[in-house]
Amino acid sequence: MSEDRGTYRPLTYFQLMEASLRELLVEKGVLTDAEVNAAVEDMRRRGPDRGARVVARAWTDPAFKARLLADGTRACEELGLEVPALRLVVVENTPEVHNAIVCTLCSCYPRMLLGLPPDWYKSREYRSRMVREPRAVLAEFGLVLPDSVRIRVHDSTADMRYMVLPMRPAGTEGWSEERLASIVTRDCMIGVAVPRLP
Amino acid sequence: MPAISDASDGVRPRFSVGDRVRVRAVYPLGHIRTPFYVRGRTGVIERICGVFGNPEELAQMRSGEPGQPLYRVRFRQQDLWPDYTGPAHDVVEVEIYQHWLEPA
Repeated sequence: MSEDRGTYRPLTYFQLMEASLRELLVEKGVLTDAEVNAAVEDMRRRGPDRGARVVARAWTDPAFKARLLADGTRACEELGLEVPALRLVVVENTPEVHNAIVCTLCSCYPRMLLGLPPDWYKSREYRSRMVREPRAVLAEFGLVLPDSVRIRVHDSTADMRYMVLPMRPAGTEGWSEERLASIVTRDCMIGVAVPRLP
Repeated sequence: MPAISDASDGVRPRFSVGDRVRVRAVYPLGHIRTPFYVRGRTGVIERICGVFGNPEELAQMRSGEPGQPLYRVRFRQQDLWPDYTGPAHDVVEVEIYQHWLEPA
């Protein structure tokens, strides 16, 4: 295959709309370019390590875990993680129940804990199939669950955002929070994977 | 959109956790947060999330008031998809505003 030297593609309708609106807001003095760039940088800086910290704390501190399951937003604030303008629902995996998250209407995602969503999360295929045949989708991610485990799919259609609290794997007894956080991946917190020892 | 924390600011919750509800099978245009696949289906209230501005109004640049109670409704997969091949205990939980729900 020849090297891609950069292909010119015209802007899509929505890209054009975004650029026009942004330039207009800057021109009218509502925002500055620097503010726009800072907001984009902020968004890029947030990653799933934030959610992993929350999970590791819940694994090591049962009282924190109880608060997290009761009110996710407030518990995250204890760790200095702002979860603004919406409410976080944390759903716990157990030997009997496996949780997974999807947004069938658009791509609602707990960005403040997991950063930007992966492209597959926004794909029509994931969004339509996850509520229709979750076991087949999970199997494609390499997660085959026995029929004895209930699959609980959460469709974030409105004002809530969701994060899965995975089960702490055996063999991690005595680990520090930091070490525990290192095995909590983004996909574990979406519910399409479970933590595994390296 | 900001949560309206005091339920008295909006419409009162009509349903309690455990109540059976049916999603209205209506098809209005606009910014609708009720997915098509649950319309006309019956589920159970899993929790009450609070009272929030009505997104159908907010999308029209109106106030969103009165706020609508928002519920999480649990549906059995087999009630949504008659040909669902997984076990009967598999579920989908969806957030639905009160004005989309009726007692079942």
